[in-house]
Amino acid sequence: MSVLIRNGRVIDPGRVNGPADVLIDNGKIAAVGPGLKAPAGAAVIDAAGKWVLPGFVDLHVHLREPGFEYKETIATGAAAAVAGGFTSVCCMPNTQPVNDNQSITEFILDKARAAGLANIFPIGAITKGSEGKELAEFGDLKQAGCVALSDDGKPVVNSMVMRRALEYARAFDLPVVDHCECTHLSEGGCMNEGLVATEMGLHGIPAASEDVMVSRNLALAELTGGRLHLAHLSTAGSVRMVREAKSRGVRVTAEACPHHFLLTEEAVREFNTNAKMNPPLRSRKDVEAVKAGLKDGTIDVIATDHAPHAVFEKQREFDYAPFGVVGLETAWGLALVLVEEGVLTVEQVVAALTSRPARAFGLAKGTLAVGADADLTIVDPEAQWVVDPEQFKSKGRNTPFAGWKLKGRVVSTLVGGRVVYP
Amino acid sequence: MSLKRKDLLGIQDLSVEEINLILETAESFKEVSGRDIKKVPTLRGKTVVNLFFEPSTRTRTSFELAAKRLSADVINFAVSASSISKGETLLDTARNIEAMQADFIVLRHPMAGAPNGLARMLRASVVNAGDGGHEHPTQALLDLYTLREKKREIKGLRLAIVGDIAHSRVARSNIYALTKLGAEVRVVGPPTMMPREIERLGVKVFYDLDEGLRGVDVIMMLRLQLERQGIALFPSIREYSRLYCLTPERVRLAAPDALVMHPGPINRGVEIAPEVADSVSSVILDQVTNGVAVRMAVLYLLSGGK
Amino acid sequence: MEVKKAERTVMDAQEINRALTRVAHEISERSRGVETVALVGIRSGGVHLANRLAQRLKEIEGTAVPVGTLDITLYRDDLNARKEQPVLRKTEIPFDITDLKIILVDDVLFTGRTIRAAMDGLIDLGRPAEVQLAVLVDRGHRQLPIKATYVGKNLPTALEETVEVFLEETGGPDRVVILP
Repeated sequence: MSVLIRNGRVIDPGRVNGPADVLIDNGKIAAVGPGLKAPAGAAVIDAAGKWVLPGFVDLHVHLREPGFEYKETIATGAAAAVAGGFTSVCCMPNTQPVNDNQSITEFILDKARAAGLANIFPIGAITKGSEGKELAEFGDLKQAGCVALSDDGKPVVNSMVMRRALEYARAFDLPVVDHCECTHLSEGGCMNEGLVATEMGLHGIPAASEDVMVSRNLALAELTGGRLHLAHLSTAGSVRMVREAKSRGVRVTAEACPHHFLLTEEAVREFNTNAKMNPPLRSRKDVEAVKAGLKDGTIDVIATDHAPHAVFEKQREFDYAPFGVVGLETAWGLALVLVEEGVLTVEQVVAALTSRPARAFGLAKGTLAVGADADLTIVDPEAQWVVDPEQFKSKGRNTPFAGWKLKGRVVSTLVGGRVVYP
Repeated sequence: MSLKRKDLLGIQDLSVEEINLILETAESFKEVSGRDIKKVPTLRGKTVVNLFFEPSTRTRTSFELAAKRLSADVINFAVSASSISKGETLLDTARNIEAMQADFIVLRHPMAGAPNGLARMLRASVVNAGDGGHEHPTQALLDLYTLREKKREIKGLRLAIVGDIAHSRVARSNIYALTKLGAEVRVVGPPTMMPREIERLGVKVFYDLDEGLRGVDVIMMLRLQLERQGIALFPSIREYSRLYCLTPERVRLAAPDALVMHPGPINRGVEIAPEVADSVSSVILDQVTNGVAVRMAVLYLLSGGK
Repeated sequence: MEVKKAERTVMDAQEINRALTRVAHEISERSRGVETVALVGIRSGGVHLANRLAQRLKEIEGTAVPVGTLDITLYRDDLNARKEQPVLRKTEIPFDITDLKIILVDDVLFTGRTIRAAMDGLIDLGRPAEVQLAVLVDRGHRQLPIKATYVGKNLPTALEETVEVFLEETGGPDRVVILP
């Protein structure tokens, strides 16, 4: 089955950035170049005025299944992914039960296959039950299909456990992803510690909570030579330390989420639970540092940390509302704001969503090279739209960006050469 | 001019005009409380529900009296007494109450922001009677009223608020109210009880009680709230008391006619020496009387036809 | 002095003062002395009129008659219908009204609802021996069975017209006007 995508501007970071056509054959990229001819029987997609990009890769998503299907299922999460232009997502293991073994990994892959939409790459737990005590069976997890390890939702509190994890994971060449939070410092906190928390009478999580753990993890990465990936960085201190570590050759990659480069703690005013997440929205100074980190490559990747919750769960007192916001269906439009602000070029934004995340986790995705899987995202760079949570494919409505007017929207997504969105 | 609002959630977003309006209206209601027949028919047929998730005889009784003197009907929900303990959410509880045609819900809750959430979802008027460490607007209003009675002008008045500022809603509401009206506010306490960047609210921070009290016209002592603290913020009550207890010697550091206030109830010997406590007691009684008048004013001003 | 179009002055300063003087004499005559009489002006139209009456009674009888001020806002019957609460002012009656002959004073008597509210307010303050009513102008259109004991001037009006009383004490000059 052949598909020809014609007349668009192809942006394949590092390879192509200009008007070109893309020919797909049997689910793989067959050719990229101007003026391609459609073979007989090929489906033709006219991409005039649109950009043709590699399908986006999200390294940090919570699909909630098994165990929390009322918040999201693999099927609804995959639908949300492709609606947002994501053809590959890595799902975190903080399900119920926790994905610390082969059976759960296979269950997730089965559900993903049944949904037939985005590629789902499971992330296995670092410790059994994510309890932070005993290492999970990394070999088992890798064989079952996990592409990385994390106890996300929680940090690995015990430094010895983290050390062993980084060391042991080397045998399987798996990146170890840590959610950097010192739970002693953050205990009882529900937003960034600072003036806004003081005014609102809410207990804050200091930036130091993240800095302390980033520092520890970098030291351990250096000690062990393991592959460290730092989830959702949010503070100036974290960015500074990662920059310094990278300059000395430490093996670390880092991600940042749109809400951490577009919103500050001010978004939480009026006790807006849809702006409550962990790590929390920080100060203006931290936001500027995250942007600078994206600009100079200290932060490699844009990820969403898509974390759906039921509406009634978020309609609670601020302290009781769960942490987390959705992000798959808004990431592209929000990432383009960085272009508007002159922080990144279009090609850099695309890279942060495609080639760089793929490289960070060693996935053969995020590229339109000949022979690569035909996962593509077609976007309309001029489309103006308003974020309306009621229209989300995700079950979650918890976004801090409701009502935002964005420019640039995903119009079509292909996985393995098949149109999966709309 | 009137309060064009449905709810009273905090002092932070009240304008100076609105604060003055409430205080002036409270004057008229204080007169009503001085009569033989302490009732006016103004809120006849309205229903006021006291929804208290934290124990508080004082504030609840004050609101109850205020509502009754306005001829409203009052229902008291204490947490354990209803389905709240069965795990019903705050929102569901409040909706059930509203379905009984409540016109006002007076809410005291241990979580900051609880009244804000309710106010958005309910038609009834929500009055914040204290939400976690956030605000306690009617307390600040009655403190202002009492101060005006005793000191005439708030503008230029020098005040020290002493104690666990970080966890105190009374401190926050008073800081907002007093700075809006032009008073000079100092906050005094151990560094572990001082909220981050509090000086950006227009107050001066002191860790030393003696320094903080020098020359002030009003000393406002906060209650040490052991129930709100997790990991100890100070090593022992003994040390706290030695450093921050208001003794007669320390009172002498303030202006000669300095007023000592306390939101009550007092921990004698911990925050205030027993000898000082009795002078405080008389102001506390004024605060109690004024509390009913201020709450009557708030209920009246929020009750405009909707 | 500017007169708005179609505004009609129905009492000028002199007429007002003559009327008040006559009312004061009527009060003194009917009460056979003013030892147990007190005046209560209804906010805000009746306040200054009550003071003027007290002044004249002092001249006539040689005795000072107590004067108080009653704010009827809390007793109004239309609070629910209004979008905003009316501004509340203090009731200041610095004497015990029990067993006294209270004369309520107001500027214009119209539907009678203000007077009904005033009587409710008075009863909450004590048990007067008698309550009477003195008004400067009675413009008719009663909605309740209320009658003034002393009237400065009877003024037939149409329902949609407005009657306004201006006094020296609040900017004046003294006059009563009808607006269409």
